[in-house]
Amino acid sequence: MTQYAEGITAEIVKEHGITDEEYAVILDRLGRAPNLVELGIFSVMWSEHCSYKSSRAHLGKFPTSGEKVIQGPGENAGVIDIGDGQACIFKMESHNHPSFIEPYQGAATGVGGILRDVFTMGARPVALMNALRFGAPDHPKTTHLVSGVVAGIGGYGNCVGVPTVGGETNFHAGYNGNILVNAMAVGLADADKIFYARGAEPGQPIVYVGSKTGRDGIHGATMASAEFDDASEEKRPTVQVGDPFVEKKLIEACLELMATDAIAAIQDMGAAGLTSSSVEMADKGGIGIHLNMDAVPQREANMTAYEMMLSESQERMLVIMKPGREDVAKAIFEKWELDVAVIGETTDTGRMVLTHKGETVCDIPVAPLADDAPKYERPFFAPEVRAQLNAKDIAQPGHMGEILLKLMSSPDMASKAWIWKQYDRHVMADTTASSEDPSDAAIVRVHGTGKALAITTDCTPRYCYADPYEGGKQAVAEAWRNLTATGADPIAITDCLNFGNPERAEIMGQFVGCVEGMAEACGKLNFPVVSGNVSLYNETNGVAIPPTPAVGGVGLIPDLERRAHFGGLKEGDILLVVGETLGAMGASVYLKTIEEREDGGVPPVDLAVEKANGDFVRGQIRAGRLTSCHDISDGGLACAAADMALASNCGIKLAHEGKSPPMHGFLFGEDQGRYLIAAEKEDAIAILQDAKADEIPVHVVGLAGGTAITVNGAHPLELDRLRAAWEGWLPELMGHLAEAAE
Amino acid sequence: MKSAVIVFPGSNCDRDAHDAIEKVTGHAPAMVWHQQSELPEGTEFVMIPGGFSYGDYLRCGAMASRSAIMPAIVAHAATGAPVLGVCNGFQILTESGLLPGALMRNAGLKFVCEKAKLKVENANTRFTSRYEGGAELVVPIAHHDGNYFADETTLDRIEGEGQVVFRYGNNPNGSARDIAGITNEQGNVLGLMPHPERAVDEKHGGTDGLKLFESLLGSA
Repeated sequence: MTQYAEGITAEIVKEHGITDEEYAVILDRLGRAPNLVELGIFSVMWSEHCSYKSSRAHLGKFPTSGEKVIQGPGENAGVIDIGDGQACIFKMESHNHPSFIEPYQGAATGVGGILRDVFTMGARPVALMNALRFGAPDHPKTTHLVSGVVAGIGGYGNCVGVPTVGGETNFHAGYNGNILVNAMAVGLADADKIFYARGAEPGQPIVYVGSKTGRDGIHGATMASAEFDDASEEKRPTVQVGDPFVEKKLIEACLELMATDAIAAIQDMGAAGLTSSSVEMADKGGIGIHLNMDAVPQREANMTAYEMMLSESQERMLVIMKPGREDVAKAIFEKWELDVAVIGETTDTGRMVLTHKGETVCDIPVAPLADDAPKYERPFFAPEVRAQLNAKDIAQPGHMGEILLKLMSSPDMASKAWIWKQYDRHVMADTTASSEDPSDAAIVRVHGTGKALAITTDCTPRYCYADPYEGGKQAVAEAWRNLTATGADPIAITDCLNFGNPERAEIMGQFVGCVEGMAEACGKLNFPVVSGNVSLYNETNGVAIPPTPAVGGVGLIPDLERRAHFGGLKEGDILLVVGETLGAMGASVYLKTIEEREDGGVPPVDLAVEKANGDFVRGQIRAGRLTSCHDISDGGLACAAADMALASNCGIKLAHEGKSPPMHGFLFGEDQGRYLIAAEKEDAIAILQDAKADEIPVHVVGLAGGTAITVNGAHPLELDRLRAAWEGWLPELMGHLAEAAE
Repeated sequence: MKSAVIVFPGSNCDRDAHDAIEKVTGHAPAMVWHQQSELPEGTEFVMIPGGFSYGDYLRCGAMASRSAIMPAIVAHAATGAPVLGVCNGFQILTESGLLPGALMRNAGLKFVCEKAKLKVENANTRFTSRYEGGAELVVPIAHHDGNYFADETTLDRIEGEGQVVFRYGNNPNGSARDIAGITNEQGNVLGLMPHPERAVDEKHGGTDGLKLFESLLGSA
């Protein structure tokens, strides 16, 4: 057998990111050498981005089923049962590499892609979230990337008319060369009207709908599967350009088509476009596929089959229709002024055959593309476990109010209003709580009902770096805790696993540790993974990002009258902490901000305690006893108290007793599984009685009142001063002050 | 009251408008596709909702103002019937000449979404009769191009005629004279950037927009 087809060289194979071993497998499966089109198709299908070849071996560790799971991982998005015949469909996905190269379009198309994953399944998207990680605030690229990414997310989400209701933003030098843009979309559908990529049968027409195919984004999936170097900006042409107006029309047209019962299977064209959408539907249906490339709507002249199959032009979908129903699709898509074309049919050959200008340009079996994709058991080692660091081992600062001021105006803690003010958070008129509201999770009402979805994104990368296993556990536990703190029943998560180069055993060790920690927490908290995405090779010139397994959690608030937030504190309320405060300082915001060190062990999450404490808090919320409720996480009790005081415009008098933990451990320790709750005196007494009966640790920590936060009557920090510092940090970084002065 | 909500490709507040009207009037409005050339028979109130009609390409509202349904809306307005344009709807009304002035890019050059403080400047219109004159409201805004502009003569004239109906408490977009909403000379066409349809529900955005729709109900 010839090693290479005409016009193909070893160099070309290498440029497609295919290793010698992988190429040998292709030769074996085909029984001949692949031509350029076929090589391109194998290249994208076997890219890390599409095949999960480094991660698949470990993703099976996640619990993925449960009584409320309708569809777990493997489809376009996960589907959960929210009662009353309704389903919630959601997924989170990364668009890291494109966003670093071209922040506006990279972030915008990230939003577009994740929306398509959700409405492909028949859901109307109702909420968008995002988890963003940028480099150090003083890095020369940071402000440019922040403004571009935020404008891109807003530009797309605002136009399609789906509210961007929440998210999180971190800054750390570890992301200087690779920012992370993770977008999450959440939709609603009737539980009996979910559409899948599976279900196609031979002899059905394949209909292409949406935008025309251009030369943009060719090899985007391959780019997302490689490290960056100094020449990465030259890859700008492989970043796609989004058109939210077309997406909006596509949403409406698809939902209209879905109401007709004419669809056999449907898949959006995301990474690797026409290739992955057609291969996935053929593979899941166990069928073959024949495409006539001449019929593909094309934006540019003289496009080759290779370019069409690898293009990542946005806002396109592939629909396999029930025979004879093509006209239904045609009428709907023409009404919405979108391209629609029958470009092929399903077959019973199990092969993918492409014809172009009268020639067969590709004829390969489908199965190896999907199922025989390489799967690597990459070597890994776990990082050394760091010793725990307690406040008693760290010098106590003088004025606690000044320390609190510094923490609350630090990059991780400061208000992100500059960002979320650029997102339409209210369109669709169901947003009960978004970034602007004092709520640990975004709350979006299920349209026309009294129930609501609670949605959060969480990850603490500094914990994951210090201890991947405990960090992975904590990311899941914090999502569960944030949903619980609103009064919701946590149901399931999606994830976006962002790591460096998996070919390095150290990075692979971070990945395996995080996955195993997450899996442990998901299992113990009955909080399964229903969808997700892996983004590897987030590395520039050999420097990897901190491990960042972002978790997107979804829960249900059965009755909106019984929810909690942290803006209801009133003078005279008693403040209580649920959970034990020991003063854990390892890898804390305090340590990073005040001591300028990031060492120490991660405060461990005891999952049994986490669950018991959370269930107790949820019970108290539903009993209507709390005036405020906030989870305690970054920056400890004092920062949670500061959030509550600012949101409620009411001071807090904290009381610290004894020596263990010392005062700074009491205030700033990041012990897990804790909540700060507030209640009127009578209710506080009832809460303490319940806690005693249920054996839940609950302690009185202070009293609401005044215009400052104080500790034992001293260390005052006036709320006005705190608010100015908290609100001022990001606008100042972004040069807003100069702008306002104009 | 029989109502119609106009739907353009890219409209995205059409459902919110529908629900707000239904909630207040008790009747679901007709959803009228932009390619229709007539309003449903008996239509009294027409609402042009917010969104990004035609993707805001060319200029916000410019293409929508030339669509098939617009002549029918212009004719409807000429009969003195109430026409309300919110956000992109306001832009469409200025582009179509039903309202004076234009809406430019926000002075801060960024999209702004916040709960805006508004003052009712004229409570003597069919859209505001249920409000107290000078009442202060909180109504959400969400736009990139809400910076109201008109020449000084026009501004003086519309101020003098009582056509300035809503003014911002804390100008979020650079609008001339803090103008948030205006009517035509006859007072039957209102355009405003804030979203009253997002403020008709305690669970979402408050209820300060309710009286706008209630005023209409009494007037039609």
